[in-house]
Amino acid sequence: MHKVLAIQKKQWKETLKNREVFIQFVMFPVIALIMTQSVKSEEIPANYFVTLFAAMYIGMAPLTSAAAIISEEKEKNILSILRLSNVTALQYLLSIGGYIILMCLAGSLGFVLIGGYSGGDSLLFIFAMMLGTVVSTLIGAAIGLTGQSQMSAAATAVPVMLVFSFLPMIAQFNEPVKKIADYVYSQQISNILTNIGNTRPTAKSFIIIGVNLLLAAVVFVIAYRRNK
Amino acid sequence: MKQKIIRLNNVSKIYREQPVLKDISFSIKGGEIFGLLGPSGAGKTTVIKIITGQENADGGSVEVLGTDVNRADDSIYEQFGVVLDQPGLYERLSCYDNLLLFAQLHRTDKSVITSVLKRVGLAEAKNRPAAKLSKGMKQRLVLARALLHQPRILLLDEPTGALDPGTARQIHELIAEQRDRGAAVLLTTHNMEEAAKLCGRIALLHEGSVIETGRPDAICRKYNHLNRIRLRLDDGEEQEIVNEPEAAQVIYDYLHQRKIVSIHSSEPNLETVFMELTGRNLEE
Repeated sequence: MHKVLAIQKKQWKETLKNREVFIQFVMFPVIALIMTQSVKSEEIPANYFVTLFAAMYIGMAPLTSAAAIISEEKEKNILSILRLSNVTALQYLLSIGGYIILMCLAGSLGFVLIGGYSGGDSLLFIFAMMLGTVVSTLIGAAIGLTGQSQMSAAATAVPVMLVFSFLPMIAQFNEPVKKIADYVYSQQISNILTNIGNTRPTAKSFIIIGVNLLLAAVVFVIAYRRNK
Repeated sequence: MKQKIIRLNNVSKIYREQPVLKDISFSIKGGEIFGLLGPSGAGKTTVIKIITGQENADGGSVEVLGTDVNRADDSIYEQFGVVLDQPGLYERLSCYDNLLLFAQLHRTDKSVITSVLKRVGLAEAKNRPAAKLSKGMKQRLVLARALLHQPRILLLDEPTGALDPGTARQIHELIAEQRDRGAAVLLTTHNMEEAAKLCGRIALLHEGSVIETGRPDAICRKYNHLNRIRLRLDDGEEQEIVNEPEAAQVIYDYLHQRKIVSIHSSEPNLETVFMELTGRNLEE
């Protein structure tokens, strides 16, 4: 456990120094705040911008930051040095993943405050966000491991991130896309967030997110074994 | 008798059907610096990767501290201190924070960090980000990281490559200190002076094969086919004479005339031996 904490402490120290990664965590909550405060219209549902950008946040921030951190450390040979310091792959993933989850938790709290959620609604909001964060982190970690460099990892991470983060928004306007998006975790999280305060989340949403989580874990394990 | 810390028995490795290591065998004891000397692409880095388990050998066996590396517990890594071909530093973090992470990973007391930084001459740069260090300073920081937990085994892949002579000398002193405290040191280099100065024994590696092994001075003597003595005289003239009994009279005459400034044997150096054995230069 001390190794997980040591790497995580290092990651916290790097937070403000690694602006490319830091901006991923704060960008969407800030945009949501600006849009919520500046666009006032009765035609727009309450917390429209909060749920829209929160779903985008889940598809983007954990995925791109995991890919960026891991691919950079792989390219710079840091992963080999950690391995030779008796850090296992699981310890490394727990420390980097734990850091990303905590950063996204802070971002999610930001969305909760902007949206003015309280009580059970805020807990459900954060729970859904955390589920999505775990799925996206695993996908990002797999991309980071397979990339030969930061550049090549970014070349893969960006289109994948665009699909997962923009799918819920596009699905709002396009019925055929919505039918496909229904099987994607970010769409289901968007559904849960949008319906907070109105209807309870369905079991179907959690099953689809669970299957996505399982698939992401399988992809990660394959990526890890191939790049051991 | 000192324990053999590392032992390679007939290790071979094949990449894309090309043999890169062929039946490599050597052992290293505690308190010994063993040099792997060869040009780029000779297989030096692959040997380190196999010893550390980053690569698997296709044939032969590697024992570290008496255990086959493929069957060894992960805790064996605690015994390694490594300098690899890429530094693997956290560029945004300070020298101190880079070492702090590894001190925590190895459960080494934090107070050691300051003393190690002082020892490698980086005490004043302790708060400077690694990205802002010169190449020589980075190399010293990497060495400091390798020494932090006083490992029993040091694997140093070209630790002084492309460094200025002053920095290289400092690093040589540090490596010699590690030998003196009993560590087994494997040093790969293509610098024959470095190998001759630091290593108790060396292996000359060429295209994946060990072509000669032994003490550097013994290897040089073995290939001293010309068997000559070089005399430098007080008028600046240099004379080479065959090292035979008849030479005694020549030397005696010069000594009698007080003309001799220095007498040296003229055996080849490791570079010349390598050239003779392979037709290639070590720097190639």
